[in-house]
Amino acid sequence: MGTSTPQLTEEQLAALADELDEIRRELVDDLGDEDAAYIRGIVATGQRLEALGRALLWAGWFPPAWLAGTAALSVAKILDNMEVGHNVMHGQYDWMGDPTLNSKMFEWDTVCPAEQWRHTHNYVHHTYTNILGKDRDIGYGLLRMLDEQRWRPYYRGNPVYAVVLMLAFEWGVMLHDLEIDRLLSGRRKWSDTKGIRRQMWHKGVKQTLKDYVLFPLLSGPGAMATLTGNAVANLVRNVWAFSIIFCGHFPDGVASFSEDECEDESRGHWYYRQMLGSANIDGGKLFHILSGNLGFQIEHHIFPDIPAWRYQRIAPRVREICDRYGLNYTTGPLGKQVGSVWRKIYRLARRPPDRPRTVLTGASRVPAEAA
Amino acid sequence: MKNHDTGLTRRFLASRVVTALAEPHGVDRYLNLVNPLWSVRDVRARVVAIARRTPDTVTMTLRPNGLWAGARAGQYVRFGVDIDGVRRIRCFSLAGSAAGAGPLEITAKVNPAGTVTRWLATRARPGLLVHLSQAEGEFTLPDQVGPHVLLISGGSGITPTMSIARTLRDVRYPGRVTILHYARTPDDVVYRAELARLARTCPRFTVTYRYTGSKRNGHFRAQHLRAITPDYADAHAFVCGPAGLLDAVSRHWAAEGISDRLRIERFTVAGAPFLGDPGTVAGELWFSRSGIRVPGDGRTLLEQAEAAGLRPAFGCRMGICHTCGSHKPEGPVRDVRTGVISAEPDEQVRLCVNTPAGDVEIAI
Repeated sequence: MGTSTPQLTEEQLAALADELDEIRRELVDDLGDEDAAYIRGIVATGQRLEALGRALLWAGWFPPAWLAGTAALSVAKILDNMEVGHNVMHGQYDWMGDPTLNSKMFEWDTVCPAEQWRHTHNYVHHTYTNILGKDRDIGYGLLRMLDEQRWRPYYRGNPVYAVVLMLAFEWGVMLHDLEIDRLLSGRRKWSDTKGIRRQMWHKGVKQTLKDYVLFPLLSGPGAMATLTGNAVANLVRNVWAFSIIFCGHFPDGVASFSEDECEDESRGHWYYRQMLGSANIDGGKLFHILSGNLGFQIEHHIFPDIPAWRYQRIAPRVREICDRYGLNYTTGPLGKQVGSVWRKIYRLARRPPDRPRTVLTGASRVPAEAA
Repeated sequence: MKNHDTGLTRRFLASRVVTALAEPHGVDRYLNLVNPLWSVRDVRARVVAIARRTPDTVTMTLRPNGLWAGARAGQYVRFGVDIDGVRRIRCFSLAGSAAGAGPLEITAKVNPAGTVTRWLATRARPGLLVHLSQAEGEFTLPDQVGPHVLLISGGSGITPTMSIARTLRDVRYPGRVTILHYARTPDDVVYRAELARLARTCPRFTVTYRYTGSKRNGHFRAQHLRAITPDYADAHAFVCGPAGLLDAVSRHWAAEGISDRLRIERFTVAGAPFLGDPGTVAGELWFSRSGIRVPGDGRTLLEQAEAAGLRPAFGCRMGICHTCGSHKPEGPVRDVRTGVISAEPDEQVRLCVNTPAGDVEIAI
């Protein structure tokens, strides 16, 4: 990944874990009314925007109403998926004991069934972050996002696949748990996916029915305006979510790891890997709300179940710790990070020079072997 | 929703079409924007009055939404209130009459070391929104009530017996009602004035107090009963109060061989002793979502999780409300109430009433 990273000793890793555990303890002790009011406020704002958007789309034959309605609905869906859905499903608000904000009970306004998301994201991705061969978020079984993934002619289409994934992101996220690449290569049996396919079907039908049949029908003669408004809102959310998520782990400066170096890892090494394997995005208050505070991807990865709006407050301390241990704290403005990601998508589509190669990763040299 | 003409509205809001339009969050999330009391699914209530009738109790009057299905005399509700961002759930007996559809009444003893009752007594204000279950519990009048009802209570255990007494008064029960209440001092009797009025206006009701704070009276003894109603063995008897009272009364009824005529309401787990052989808990407790491992000891999963710095959701802490239900991927746990060990993989366990009985993984 081009960035040389210091190897920490076991003692340093243990000290690092102690420091971060201490921050975590402080955060947990401080949870209370403020967090509850914040997340309920975001939920209510999203709900109001959704109601407003759908109401405006009834008058969608009038172009300004269509534009405003679509914009309101887009923002509502973005809030629902990012600052509410993603964060609630991490269990960030489970301590509140509110069933509507409970990670196990929450469903979000996208076609991916929440239960499957919790498995692929909370468990697989957050446990095995950036371990090649373990973290299925590296290219989603579809893209080549690391030099260490072995090139195949299939990857010539890397940019095309990325554009398709971006535009249809909610469907891509839905299909993620099928592990299509493993189905194609025979490592997973189609019959094993029966249960999750049924869940996908039910959720997909409900979402499609709502946005593309029922609300358009309710609009009577304005059905087309409502249909297109809903479609565009889903599209806007798709592009936004894709961009934020791809900036979280794929910009230059982010490290990846091999299975070997993470075997029986200590808590300190887990923290170390989370910090080196994630990248932040600089931005203002509104940007952070709309991105579900994933602009603080590093803080999110070390404390995935702490309410995300608190990451901003601890970010300077985390950065200071990174500096002190000589760890790269990758961050940059959205435009720069998006550019970095797309350049990488293009670069990795090309066949690498033909020579036996090993690549310097975050912490050590690993053979060029793909998932 | 209001109680009267809104049945139709509620049926419409709960219809399949409206539900499909409100996917995936449900209609309630949108109704909440208009009025937080409205729901098509959950019983919620507004606190309309709060009073401190004795120094260590708090009495609340609640007006529930239209989903409230009513209660039988003597039942309790699971009562949820948000305190510092956390929904706390406690079980409280209803004190009001089950006849008629008046507001609900709850009287709770204020636990000076507790979270909820202390907050209710000092911080709660009328207008507060609370979350209720439907009424639950078997401490109720049977369908066929015999000619004599005996109500024995201690401390705040007076609330369900109050509900039974008020209901018997309102339905003009033709038999006798004997009330024997244990309190520390006369000032600690919550419903003293009302009980006095009841005894004065309804000659079928007799009310007797015993004060545990005085030497002459003391705790439950069979003589107390014989003095007021020698034929107590024939009565439908109900007892609710502290564990000591319940144990003494149920022992006495058992000794007389009339346990089938006694109903007991137990508010707290009678101790939660560790029942296992210490050798079986040498395992490791792994809170897998937090990545924390601790050696298992005799305490409950909930206590150990909290000691490890986690804040899992919990409610009653006595195995009733399921709030702390958590996913247990694997490992044996022992139910402290029954001593039964379950090693079923992938089951939901209540953290508050289970202790580890070996290597256990809990997904919190």
